[in-house]
Amino acid sequence: MSQNILFLAHVSEAGNTLPKASYEVLGAALKLSRQLGTRLTIGLIGGDVSAAAETIAGAGADRILAVAGPDFSSARYVSDAAAAEAICRSAEAELILAPATSRFMRVLAGVAHRLNGCVDTHVTTLEAEVVPGDVRATRWHYRQRIEGVIRRDARPWIVLLESGCHAAFTGMPGAAQVEQIPVTLPKAATRTVVTGTRAPKSDVQTIRPDADLLFVAGAGWTKKQADGKTHLEQAEPLILDFLRVSGASLGGSKSLVDQTGESQAVLGFMTHLNQVGQTGSTPRHPKGLSTCCHGEEPHVVGWRFINERRAVNLDPNCGWARGKADVLYVADAFEVLAKLNVLLAQRSRTSPGLAPQGALVS
Amino acid sequence: MTNGYHIVVCGSVVPDPLQTLEPIQTPTGPALKNEMMLPAVLDPWAAHALYEAANLTSKGAGSNSKVWLVSVGPKAKLQQVMMTIAQRVSFELVPVDSTASGFADAHSTAALLAETIQGIAGLDRSRLLVFGGWESASRGAGVTMQLVGERLEILDQFQGVDQIRIQADGSFEVLERIEGGRHQVSVCQGPPAVFGWATGNLPEPRNNPQVGMANMRTVMPALQRAKPVPLPTGGLHFLSASPPKQQRQTRVVKDLSAEQIAQEIAEWIGK
Repeated sequence: MSQNILFLAHVSEAGNTLPKASYEVLGAALKLSRQLGTRLTIGLIGGDVSAAAETIAGAGADRILAVAGPDFSSARYVSDAAAAEAICRSAEAELILAPATSRFMRVLAGVAHRLNGCVDTHVTTLEAEVVPGDVRATRWHYRQRIEGVIRRDARPWIVLLESGCHAAFTGMPGAAQVEQIPVTLPKAATRTVVTGTRAPKSDVQTIRPDADLLFVAGAGWTKKQADGKTHLEQAEPLILDFLRVSGASLGGSKSLVDQTGESQAVLGFMTHLNQVGQTGSTPRHPKGLSTCCHGEEPHVVGWRFINERRAVNLDPNCGWARGKADVLYVADAFEVLAKLNVLLAQRSRTSPGLAPQGALVS
Repeated sequence: MTNGYHIVVCGSVVPDPLQTLEPIQTPTGPALKNEMMLPAVLDPWAAHALYEAANLTSKGAGSNSKVWLVSVGPKAKLQQVMMTIAQRVSFELVPVDSTASGFADAHSTAALLAETIQGIAGLDRSRLLVFGGWESASRGAGVTMQLVGERLEILDQFQGVDQIRIQADGSFEVLERIEGGRHQVSVCQGPPAVFGWATGNLPEPRNNPQVGMANMRTVMPALQRAKPVPLPTGGLHFLSASPPKQQRQTRVVKDLSAEQIAQEIAEWIGK
């Protein structure tokens, strides 16, 4: 089966490049097009795509198509769907690869329907099959508990690939020949207006997708300690200090973030956005450190895609950490984190160059 | 100002998250071992959507509002889950007796859901809000709601929704999750619209036996009327389905002081 490939991307919020995950998908698209011996087309969506197009000009695509203009600068279903549909129709590709960003996750399923095609998301691997020209995709089912390998009959097949699974395209920027595709939006497009973005009220940024380390806080932080009392007043600054000096991203177990919604004593900065696990996110960071966690969600589902994993837990027999973490420290996380914060702060003062990525260097 | 909403919540049943899941091969594709024996729950994201729908109709959305729960799943499983869910919020169940498998094709499921929604008597499109989870604990693809919306020709769609705030002029402000732990803020003029909910901000409602009794008067007859519907595979072929086998050799460290552990972790972080 012939598989002309379209790599579809949108410009980043900054407007002058593509989201990091897009370059990884472009790397995967180039590899697949070489394996299949097919043409590659690039499609871009955004307010102004010229700067972003230059960053991928060296990919050697047959065509670079774009839908650009003020109507396409913000992530809105109706305009993004119209833009993506126009590019896909112009490219006439059988296989359409795109990054699983929130913007494309919102819209590309609808585009697949309009094209009378099909869509698959959260794909981690895409490879050419033994049958010449065919393609198989790997994705997770039941929240990262079962891995399925699939094939589709329908075309076009839109595949949204997860980040962190493919080597990114690293070609040199250059001049790009961009074919603009005119798109006229229906009147209904103005029914929704994107007014901006909003971050949760907090003194410190706790979610950092590009951080090297994921710090998972479990419900144990809010439970009674050895003296029979809770110590939230110590837990909050300890965790926030750790995030500052380590540059880590914060995840929370379901039991911990649920307490927030149930008006129990909680960590003030912890929201459902921090939740990892079965009903939360499954972030991708090179390293993960869990503290005061006891359960399947943080240890199994929450860090399925974390490469190096360590846990601090008072229970030496924690069945969830055993077999899932590389190292299980049996210790009081309050004590360990206090010492760790001092060490990391000292290190950042004495050797700023050695401070972890994103850490606050004082 | 709104004259009330007609909110259709799409939500299916999934195995209780604490159960061990083992895939098996069947003539029609992969399935879960002992699937019908596994205790089920309403999908967590769909449940949030249902609670948000009930909250919206109870707070300022007018007494003309109504909530339907369109649920595709095996009849026996739906009945089991309704025993719990029906006690929490008021809704009218529209059951479809079909597979709720995580291996089912999203396009076929969406077609079935859209057809069912279009068949609801008295549904007013000008007041229609279609709710559901932005993902699920089964297939977890995050595409079904968009496909349903397209089939219903609804162009205002929002995914990863954590909050809807109705404004004085009838428009609503929507918060959708985006990268970096932030929300995108949009204002939509009004229904019809599709909302794929993340977790929202509401706690799980308490069980209310009176609500349960009122719901069950319509739930049981609806379940009895539900006819089995086969779900086409939609050209989706599974070459394999297997659980991850990776088991790590965990080094359990019991005899180090907090200071020594901190030192070791600091070195590990700095590598």
